[in-house]
Amino acid sequence: MELTGLFFYLVSILIAGGIYSLLCLGLNIQWGMGGVFNAGIAGFFATGAYASAILTTSTSAKHIGGFDLPVLAGLLGAGIISGCVGWAVAKICIRLKSDYLAMASIGIAEILRLVIVNESWLTNGSLGLSGVPRPFAGLASGRTADIVFLVFIWVIVIAVFFFSQRLYDSPWGRSLRAIRDNEQSASAAGKDVEKFRIQTFAIGCAIMGIAGGLSAHYFRFLSPSATDPLLVTFLVWVMLIAGGSGNNRGAIVGALSIWFLWSVTEIFTNRLPPEWITRSSFVRMLLVGLLLQYVLQRFRAGIIPEKAPKLRYSEEE
Amino acid sequence: MIRLENICVDFGGVRAIDNVSFEVDAGRITGLIGPNGAGKTTAFNVIAGALKPTTGRVMLDGQDITHLKPHQRANRGLARTFQIPHEFSRLTVLENLMAAASAPVGENVFNVLFRRNLFVAEEREIYKTARDTVRLLELDHVRDEKAGNLSGGQKKLVELGRALMRDPKLILLDEIGAGINRTLLGKLADKIKLLNIERDLTFCLIEHDLDYVSRLCDHVFVMAQGQLLTQGSVEDVRRDERVIEAYFGGGKYEAHS
Repeated sequence: MELTGLFFYLVSILIAGGIYSLLCLGLNIQWGMGGVFNAGIAGFFATGAYASAILTTSTSAKHIGGFDLPVLAGLLGAGIISGCVGWAVAKICIRLKSDYLAMASIGIAEILRLVIVNESWLTNGSLGLSGVPRPFAGLASGRTADIVFLVFIWVIVIAVFFFSQRLYDSPWGRSLRAIRDNEQSASAAGKDVEKFRIQTFAIGCAIMGIAGGLSAHYFRFLSPSATDPLLVTFLVWVMLIAGGSGNNRGAIVGALSIWFLWSVTEIFTNRLPPEWITRSSFVRMLLVGLLLQYVLQRFRAGIIPEKAPKLRYSEEE
Repeated sequence: MIRLENICVDFGGVRAIDNVSFEVDAGRITGLIGPNGAGKTTAFNVIAGALKPTTGRVMLDGQDITHLKPHQRANRGLARTFQIPHEFSRLTVLENLMAAASAPVGENVFNVLFRRNLFVAEEREIYKTARDTVRLLELDHVRDEKAGNLSGGQKKLVELGRALMRDPKLILLDEIGAGINRTLLGKLADKIKLLNIERDLTFCLIEHDLDYVSRLCDHVFVMAQGQLLTQGSVEDVRRDERVIEAYFGGGKYEAHS
């Protein structure tokens, strides 16, 4: 009994870890490869979550939609809609320097959150959306359904990983990293800096949207609290910096290890006296901050640092 | 080849360039000299498009390019190096050069994701050019080193290498010699001359060392306090009273000596 409990606890950690891996991969494309500072991850995550939920739930009188589409179509829609929102945002503010872009993106996430809370014709407001379907719901029921979902999510993580690797290991990725390192000389070398950064931002946001969609399908319920920047934006940044900004493997390793630590500390903080429990989330945040300090002191560029892609051409001729 | 027509640049209340016009001729190595703060780098920024002039026009081969952005000018055959090295610090030396190349097929996201075989040929050519350029600049031993870890002089060479990767018509060299040791500097001068003859590359360079300038340049423009003072061969210019005054402050110091 204890063992099966532990097993399913692990399953839930790995599912959330998968969602965080996707967010990290998305942020890695934006920040690790493109140097585009997105501090509004939660906004794009929520956009994707609501997009997928609205597309896949059955009709409801309380809000728009209920298109009853299959989950895969919902996730695709989540990616496309989040990507388009990202593209529109980038079109407006990508020319800002990194710190100003960070501020602007916080503001945009806040706007998206307010839209979600207030536009109840679209999102059912603070009551949230319920009855979001799971993929392959007929395959298993109860707890075993979680295992199906675990497989489903990691298939997507691996697909997105290969997608990101393709971007990284390409002339496009190389030019993007060049722009990240020095915008001025990249444009002197004929790179259309703005175009690259807009593409990067939109692609990253699309991946974050898919992650959001998956979380909606996992919890089957969605409310505006899904946009909590502490759990989404801040933690994802910690994961990427600790794991290795600029390295897709590092992004996944960072996401899994930080999420594992985050979850395991919960076990301990839950045993604290009741008056302490309310404060525990801050203590955990403090611990994560300390851990990040340690990792950055010990491994400057993260656990798995950025590495130049292998050359396709060895010394020939 | 490149012509500045009545360029003025204002930074707030300061006039950095005051009604300057000159033309860099094709096939030549032209120098741009003058004391600190004369507006030389500002002029380069205007040519390369990093800075929009307050008034005036920039012409490339008879076409007005004043409204073009830096990357558009780069794609029309303009290349430059920076006074302070602007290397891609987390890319290797070879990647720095390869990234500078024009890669229209490989820089298309759709191709990169779904049609990877399309850019193989293009990449092979870029690799070969980069490899040869690395050899030309004798950077072979640091080829796979991250550019951020190089010495100041090596970074300057990477800058030059990146400019060469674009197969440009005109290269603007902003104090390429500063921070490079004498031996390497001599070699670099030979290389610039060779590129000028072999590839018919036009150079325009800013340099403080007048001996170095006289070794390289056929023609120099002298700027001082935002204005074009004079032009001619290095020897002529060196004898010019106004140039001596601009560099040494004229009579003020003579009174002391």
